[in-house]
Amino acid sequence: MTAHAWLILSLLLGSVWLLAKPLGIYIANIMAGRFSFATRIEAIIYRVCGVRATEEMHWSRYALSILLFSLLGSLFVYALQRMQLLLPLNPQQLANVSADSAFNTALSFVSNTNWQGYSGETTMSYLTQMLALTVQNFLSAATGIAVVIALIRGFARHSVASIGNAWADITRATLFILLPLALLLALIFIAQGAIQNFSAYKNVTTLEATTFETPKLDDAGQLQKDAGGNTLTETQTTTSQSLPMGPLASQEAIKMLGTNGGGFFNANSAHPYENPTPFSNFLQMLAIFLIPAALCYTFGHSVGDTRQGWAILAAMTLLFLAFVIPGTYFEQQGNSQLAALGVDQSANALQPGGNMEGKETRFGIAESALFTAVTTAASCGAVNNMHDSLTPLGGLVPLALMQMGEVVFGGVGSGLYGMLIFALLAVFIAGLMIGRTPEYLGKKIEAYDMKMISLAILITPLLALAGTAIAAVATQGKVGVFNPGAHGFSEIFYAFTSAANNNGSAFAGLSANTPFYNVMLGAAMWLGRFAVIVPVLAIAGSLAAKKRLSTNAGTMPTHGPLFVVLLIGTVILVGALNYVPGLALGPIVEHLQFTVR
Amino acid sequence: MKTLLRPALSIFIALSLITGVLYPLAVTAIGRIGFSQQAAGSVIMINGNAVGSRWIGQNFSKPEYFWGRLSATAPQPYNAGASSGSNLGPLNPALIDSVKARIASLQAVDANNPLPIPVDLVTASGSGLDPEISPAAARYQIARVATARKVSTDAVSALVEQNTQGRQFRIFGEPRVNVLALNIALDKLH
Repeated sequence: MTAHAWLILSLLLGSVWLLAKPLGIYIANIMAGRFSFATRIEAIIYRVCGVRATEEMHWSRYALSILLFSLLGSLFVYALQRMQLLLPLNPQQLANVSADSAFNTALSFVSNTNWQGYSGETTMSYLTQMLALTVQNFLSAATGIAVVIALIRGFARHSVASIGNAWADITRATLFILLPLALLLALIFIAQGAIQNFSAYKNVTTLEATTFETPKLDDAGQLQKDAGGNTLTETQTTTSQSLPMGPLASQEAIKMLGTNGGGFFNANSAHPYENPTPFSNFLQMLAIFLIPAALCYTFGHSVGDTRQGWAILAAMTLLFLAFVIPGTYFEQQGNSQLAALGVDQSANALQPGGNMEGKETRFGIAESALFTAVTTAASCGAVNNMHDSLTPLGGLVPLALMQMGEVVFGGVGSGLYGMLIFALLAVFIAGLMIGRTPEYLGKKIEAYDMKMISLAILITPLLALAGTAIAAVATQGKVGVFNPGAHGFSEIFYAFTSAANNNGSAFAGLSANTPFYNVMLGAAMWLGRFAVIVPVLAIAGSLAAKKRLSTNAGTMPTHGPLFVVLLIGTVILVGALNYVPGLALGPIVEHLQFTVR
Repeated sequence: MKTLLRPALSIFIALSLITGVLYPLAVTAIGRIGFSQQAAGSVIMINGNAVGSRWIGQNFSKPEYFWGRLSATAPQPYNAGASSGSNLGPLNPALIDSVKARIASLQAVDANNPLPIPVDLVTASGSGLDPEISPAAARYQIARVATARKVSTDAVSALVEQNTQGRQFRIFGEPRVNVLALNIALDKLH
């Protein structure tokens, strides 16, 4: 890694750790309804909506509320896409979205995955972007916060049957955590150069004419072919460039803060209008980690021992470092085949060097590789460089980070509840080793809890591996592959890993906007989200009902280095056991071919 | 169930209006007042004509202009209406072919260039719209541009220098040269 790469990495993690405590305390207080300015505002909403927000819910009712709310969201996102041509704010007259693509996008945005089978600038009207997609960027993130707060209540409370009120939790997370931060961030993005308007696309006259080939079409709009079956082309020249417009910055801000990751445009955060400067890029990375890290402090604060939160954050940070450093190293090494052609890939004062295919000049290697690790450690999935063009081991890094279950910072809320499930498993394993009943924060972990923990941990690998296996043998799956060889398998593997773990980034060469992939990945995203949330809430309910045991000489401390190491070991062990065979077939085979040449 | 449906529906509508209508409108209004140029796309005007955006690269292939990154957008390069990377994997023969083709076109107009070819000049950007190249990629092209325009290399070097940005706030990102701004400045030289 270059000195510059170390500097940016330190600045990022330093900022995340500095902000975790103040924001964590704020979140704890907001979610407990301790600020009078907030309770007065939300009281108006509850009155208008006829919601009794003080009513405590049993975990099953809480889960049902979350499911119903998400189902409503999905239906609305689907409907709006299907009739956008009839609705206002569609200056480009973009057509109604196809049924399978709209289905996929609806589940994708409601499950906080934000996988994109479509290209924003040629598919979604401004109204769809705002009222369907921006809204779900907020609400899916708020849902994640609500679920983790419910789980934290499970640890903090004892001998009660309820875990809070879902409506109050979602409303508070949206209005008082996400909204103010998004407003601030959106304005900084505009100041840096991001667009925010409702104009039609702007045509400009370029300095030089561009000559290019397009396929020749007959009168029926079909491709014309010559006698040999080759497509006929015709030469065209243009001096016109159409600049895409839209209400971008407002969506960009919540896309990062809510670890959503769905780009306004196809190129996502590589697009200069979405991420114009290196400073906007740094803020995007910080925004991804900000809330997941702060929630660790909220957790420690709420269970009455802040060391518990710092221990979780330390485990996340160490895991992150173990992946980001080699990832950056391999990207900086570049591609030996280009070196053979005499291309200069060295890093020096005048150029970043390294593997620049799919990367932007302003971000170079350091801030692209760092972004790649951040966006996949957290379940964001925004990309500022094209992951399909990463070196083999540079591409293994985002795959492996997702495969650990999105618990290295992870999604907003989902990262911490995922990590707490691993903490329970770690405590259970330790308990087995010394022959004691496992307990975490004074709560005894029993058979029912372990069943729910197993479900929550095993559902995503099952979805990712079964989906990959089906797509890798089905004709409809194989036709989507773009790159030849082992890399083609990695494209499929990446897609299902990303969907099941609710990340949303892609090896984007895969042609995934087909009925086969739209339906398969849509199902993986929905189950990867809600088939985990339900057992997590069941654990929350079970924990809340338990008595709290006092600590004694036999209690394993869960705030020290020993526990941090145990937790890291558990996460890596489960991830490795599930995914090493798949990784061997994809990036590792490719790396062997890569180094032999 | 009915006692759940009503709050679900009403909270959904209320939060949708706040985050999907009020919030983007508020950002638009403040953006228009505070940063009208940026919010509208940072369009560059010359003599009343819009010639491009500060942030969106353009395709250059004549020897008298500086060239930018390769662009994999379809059907033409630097199609701002359809951003895209090449998505070519590191071992894909198509990647090597496109690098070779680019080297050939660089050498066709500049056969005796002794400098090594910087990697960013032969690879496609992630967006396909990268407005910038590295200072090394600009230096590589100075002699060619100066010869094609029949001006001194010192004059072209000076323009490159003026259009080079260092790291932002001396910390963030890579040093870089905005290709469109540099080429506009070159055209004004005459």
